[in-house]
Amino acid sequence: MKGNFIDNLPKVYGIYTGGFLGFIIIMAIAESMGMSAKVIGICFVAFTVAIYAIIGWLSRTAQADAYYVAGRQVPTVFNGMATAADWMSGASFVAMAGGIYFKGYGYMALLVGWTGGYVLVASLLAPYLRKFGCYTVPDFIGTRYGGNLSRLLAVIVLTVASFTYVTAQINATGTIASVALDIPFQYAVYVGLISILLCSMLGGMRGVTWTQVAQYIVLIVAYLLPVFWISNKIGAGFFPHFMLADEVARIADLEQQFGFVANSKENLAMVPKGLAGITKAHSAVNATPWAFISLALAMMMGTASLPHVMMRYFTTPSVKAARKSVGWSLFFIFLLYSSAPMLATLSKLTLIDPSLPTGIIGKSVAEVQAIDWYQNWNQANLMFISDFNGNGTVELNEFFMGGKAVVLATPEIAGLPYVISGLVAAGGMAAAMSTADGLILAIANAISHDVYYKIIDPKAETAKRLVVARVLLVVIGFAGATIAAMEIQGILGSVIWAFDFAMSGLFFPLVLGVWWKRANREGAIAGMALGLISGFAYLVWVRNGGSGFLGITQLTFGIFGAAVSLVAMVVVSLITAEPNAATQKMVDEVRVPSGRTILGKQ
Amino acid sequence: MSKQAQHWEKTRGLLIMTLAIWFVFSIGIFLFGAEMNDVTGPFGYPLTYWFTCQGSLGIFVILIFWFANRQEKIDEEFGFSERGDD
Repeated sequence: MKGNFIDNLPKVYGIYTGGFLGFIIIMAIAESMGMSAKVIGICFVAFTVAIYAIIGWLSRTAQADAYYVAGRQVPTVFNGMATAADWMSGASFVAMAGGIYFKGYGYMALLVGWTGGYVLVASLLAPYLRKFGCYTVPDFIGTRYGGNLSRLLAVIVLTVASFTYVTAQINATGTIASVALDIPFQYAVYVGLISILLCSMLGGMRGVTWTQVAQYIVLIVAYLLPVFWISNKIGAGFFPHFMLADEVARIADLEQQFGFVANSKENLAMVPKGLAGITKAHSAVNATPWAFISLALAMMMGTASLPHVMMRYFTTPSVKAARKSVGWSLFFIFLLYSSAPMLATLSKLTLIDPSLPTGIIGKSVAEVQAIDWYQNWNQANLMFISDFNGNGTVELNEFFMGGKAVVLATPEIAGLPYVISGLVAAGGMAAAMSTADGLILAIANAISHDVYYKIIDPKAETAKRLVVARVLLVVIGFAGATIAAMEIQGILGSVIWAFDFAMSGLFFPLVLGVWWKRANREGAIAGMALGLISGFAYLVWVRNGGSGFLGITQLTFGIFGAAVSLVAMVVVSLITAEPNAATQKMVDEVRVPSGRTILGKQ
Repeated sequence: MSKQAQHWEKTRGLLIMTLAIWFVFSIGIFLFGAEMNDVTGPFGYPLTYWFTCQGSLGIFVILIFWFANRQEKIDEEFGFSERGDD
């Protein structure tokens, strides 16, 4: 079945995509025949999750190679799709367009950062780590620098960063499951968790790989279909990406016409928590160069340090394939990221343009309050209007919306059938699940492979190692879900922190491990420990009212952590002995693609 | 100079070139974001806005494929490319 399966991948996923489109059409027909919105939502989420579970079950394995690196036979294009799903989280899917809608240019640093980072992945790291032949990122650190302490520190940085990230993803699956299935959030979180574990528990990386490809297809269809549909429906152009210049200009005109009126503190206190009004220009540059660049830079270096992304490139058949695969990953990510600003533009225009039938600015407050979708989303706590100046009409500064509503509510506002909203829920679920799977697997694999197998019990048999790996998977999942159920941080805040933690501790130890032969164990240990500690200290300081310096905020504290890490690593490496001849020879071998992998030789 | 050292020198050269292009489109141009936005860019979008929506992102995609091809050529030139599977 195996070799056969790989050869048949295009056919298998072709049929799958056709089946999914067919399902959407069936749902659309069911809707026109009177199926209720709630049932459609349940069908979409239940159907897609069931498919992922079946894929997870079919991918079950008892081999370490298949469990940790999917047997190293994932073709470049499919690995690209899997990485894109792994990468694009619930935050990318649900919150990104909203961020652009409300914050404009300053927020778009994230788009540049979350794509530019892949250039670093392709050129500095992925091919070399693939040549190394490791199962996990700490595996590379532990072998390149030697010693259990360096391995352990890498596991710690990985866990801190990935765990920060994963709670946000489980939170997102919970949010979507609670809306779609109409159950309380505290329970929905665990429904989300069980769906996530169904994909990864039996097949490890192999199961996650093939479910992530399936999830990518669902999420990209769910994101692009509404964007194209809305654009055509309001007559903005049949290919929005190339045709929305007039709409962007129209929004700028409307902004000028309405003006950004600042609300008083008392008035804002009436607005439900988490909702915001339009206060920033849509397409104008509204951030200083350093604010933009520092955020982009932090996200780029964080991208190159996040283990759940890096480990996807361990699954390709060759070093050459790893490089190409990074290109495909970014291409598939680009399809969604370049659509987010278009969705934000369409959403904003639909809501604020008085010349469109859906526009609410300038209409009377009573009229807007009577609209069906306003009532629905107001009830869901994602929309709010209040007539602050008492003139009876809705002004730009009197309309508030939650960030998530841009993706979740725009199809309904633009008058698309409910089937699209169901599809969007399934897409958001796919995005959050695929990322959560990759993250939980990264943590569980690092602890089971690097801590348990490499440090505690190097003689453990494969069967026992895989049992430990699976138990850890469940434990970490439940820990993540428990924290997610407490709802401490918003989705996006914790996602950005994960990048900062990862770059603080791992960026330079990884990069210099390949590119600087002189880097040694002592240097790497200093780099990881001091980088993570200083980054964390900076975050705590700024969170507690510290002023910060050089304009480094709580979203970019990784820049400080990584700088400390670099200095510590270089200084400590230089004042201690250079690595032994065997290590230097190992680095030489990592630098050429031909020959067996480093770990394959040992 | 050994074959390996030559290979690494060329690889490093390619890295520097790749990172230079990366730097321009991820950091360099945004030093002049405000000024550039007054210019009309591709498809009629304001130029800086276009770069953040599509331009820089698309350039990164092309850059990675270009880099991968160049690196393959370097590997082949020195006989370090992998045989067989791809």
